[in-house]
Amino acid sequence: MEQKSYLITDETGIHARPATILVQTASKYDSDIQLEFNAKKVNLKSIMGVMSLGVGKDSEVTVHVEGKDEAEAIEAITETLSKEGLTD
Amino acid sequence: MSKILKGIGASDGVAIASVYSLEEPDLSFDGDTIEEDEKDSEVERFKGAFNQAKVEITKIRNHAESTVGPEHAAIFDAHLLVLDDPEFLSPIEDGIRNEKKSAAQSLCDTRDQFVTIFEGMDNEYMKERAADVKDVSKRVLAQILGKEIPTPSNISTPVVIVAEDLSPSDTAQLDKEFVKGFVTNVGGRTSHSAIMSRSLEIPAVVGTREVTDAVTVGQQIIVDGGAGDVIVDPDDEEIQVYEDKAARVEEDKAALKKLVDEPSKTMDDVTVELAANIGTPDDLDGVVSNGAEGIGLYRTEFLYMGRTEIPSEEEQYEAYKAVLEKLDGSPVVVRTLDVGGDKELPYLDLPEELNPFLGYRAIRMTLDNQELFRTQLRALLRASAHGNLKIMFPMIATIEEFNQAKALLVEEKNKLKDEGVQVKDDIEVGIMIEIPSAAIIADQFAKEVDFFSIGTNDLIQYTMAADRMNEAVSYLYQPYHPALLRLIKMVIDASHKEGKWTGMCGEMAGDEKAVPLLLGLGLDEFSMSASSVLKARRQLSGLKKTDMEKLVESALECKDTEEVLALVDEYTSRV
Repeated sequence: MEQKSYLITDETGIHARPATILVQTASKYDSDIQLEFNAKKVNLKSIMGVMSLGVGKDSEVTVHVEGKDEAEAIEAITETLSKEGLTD
Repeated sequence: MSKILKGIGASDGVAIASVYSLEEPDLSFDGDTIEEDEKDSEVERFKGAFNQAKVEITKIRNHAESTVGPEHAAIFDAHLLVLDDPEFLSPIEDGIRNEKKSAAQSLCDTRDQFVTIFEGMDNEYMKERAADVKDVSKRVLAQILGKEIPTPSNISTPVVIVAEDLSPSDTAQLDKEFVKGFVTNVGGRTSHSAIMSRSLEIPAVVGTREVTDAVTVGQQIIVDGGAGDVIVDPDDEEIQVYEDKAARVEEDKAALKKLVDEPSKTMDDVTVELAANIGTPDDLDGVVSNGAEGIGLYRTEFLYMGRTEIPSEEEQYEAYKAVLEKLDGSPVVVRTLDVGGDKELPYLDLPEELNPFLGYRAIRMTLDNQELFRTQLRALLRASAHGNLKIMFPMIATIEEFNQAKALLVEEKNKLKDEGVQVKDDIEVGIMIEIPSAAIIADQFAKEVDFFSIGTNDLIQYTMAADRMNEAVSYLYQPYHPALLRLIKMVIDASHKEGKWTGMCGEMAGDEKAVPLLLGLGLDEFSMSASSVLKARRQLSGLKKTDMEKLVESALECKDTEEVLALVDEYTSRV
């Protein structure tokens, strides 16, 4: 089980383009991947789940990964978040 | 039996192809439940529909990427992800398996749950995602019901498009290779769909009132854009007649092509400029192949349409530069953003108005949204180094408005120069004459501006106080009326008195009944659909300006349009 928290610093939060890329990234891994925000957890492989959280600027989110490729998965997600400008 | 419909010929030529309807199909259905033994087949049906929808959206995505760029394709990537979304797919499958819902019903229920979530969020951006879910679900539902959602960008066989009306974004998606013509219920010669058909050079008939009800998808249809005739389900004989006619149209086109490199000169050796109107850099090939001597109107609003945000300075700069370079030193008159009225930009969130043509549009809006306006002016100024740019402001009513716009232009120019950016010094700055007030004080404007360009469609509707979208008052759309001719004369005379020039970029400039009058009135530049340029050149070569001046002298004293047209016929048949 891997888990990591991030502070979203992007002006508009997790909006369409980064959300799309985040879900595309998560979908490459076999592990179960959940995104937690405001005590609600959604499947990070679900675009509608991610969007329905409505993550805005200055929100803290936590990613939970469980499965055999969990280490690679969390690394890729961290990289995507930063590359898309969602985190500093 | 064939059926003949009458409409308004919008763009010359003959097309024979099958009907493609842009009308959305009826997606209502009965049967919200299924039997126990239908569960597996129903799940298959729903999965098949999702896969088909994915194929369609992928095509749209790729088309968007290659035509408008990767950033516009991104929205379709999001749509594709929705179709792959486990949180969307599993409740639909559960509904079928556990509650014996039909695929259609289960899809609609799940869709509604997500739409409710998104619409309930207090973030505007997220609310819009509800539209994405609806959009994608509609496509899947159509597949389940065995219907097709019209998708112009995916057309891959020759068709004639049939629709209530075509919006600018619809026409932007049309691929000339497959779209052979179009027919609409509403519109007139100057509606946007008609103008676009001429710029795309595809035969079109508009304003048939009933074409959408008169055809079924896949039926054969003939469009005669010159005569305004539409023949639905033609017999062999009719097909033969129109194939012959199409051949003659082609022959005439070939004859006209010989005039491509000829000068635009009258019989008595007076030279005028014949220019073309364009909407996007895509129209440039037509400009060159039809021998236009410049661009008299570049409608920049198309850069702003069919997208979700304002185009950046860089993007605009690239577009303007492409046009200027292609014209290679020939004049290019660029009109600054003209939206509002019948042209909307959703992302600007302009308020709805009861009377949009008299409202917050064009220069009125851009002077009030300076950041937006300055971005466009900067892009234009930077592009000026690449050709012969002239800048024109739309919908100017008062000298104050012109002075304000010009001041912003000068400010941005000085800023760019301070930044060391190359900007041309002698850019001509002019105004559109569309509002009667500007025509009436043209003598005062002529001291301030470098040129005028008369926009006839709006000038007519404001002079006659007749909404050009309202068919009930379409009889007042009278380009040859003496009232309008007198206004045009005031404008042209005022410009010449100050050593300036006047062009016309409305539809009237390419109209064969109007050309003799405009020549006689002293118009310097005629800007029209590229496809009309060669015809106008042929016509001018058979006219004498001195004769047309006499024609105008009498025409200005006429009492109505009919008298004017009779005079035009009399003078032009004398030759």
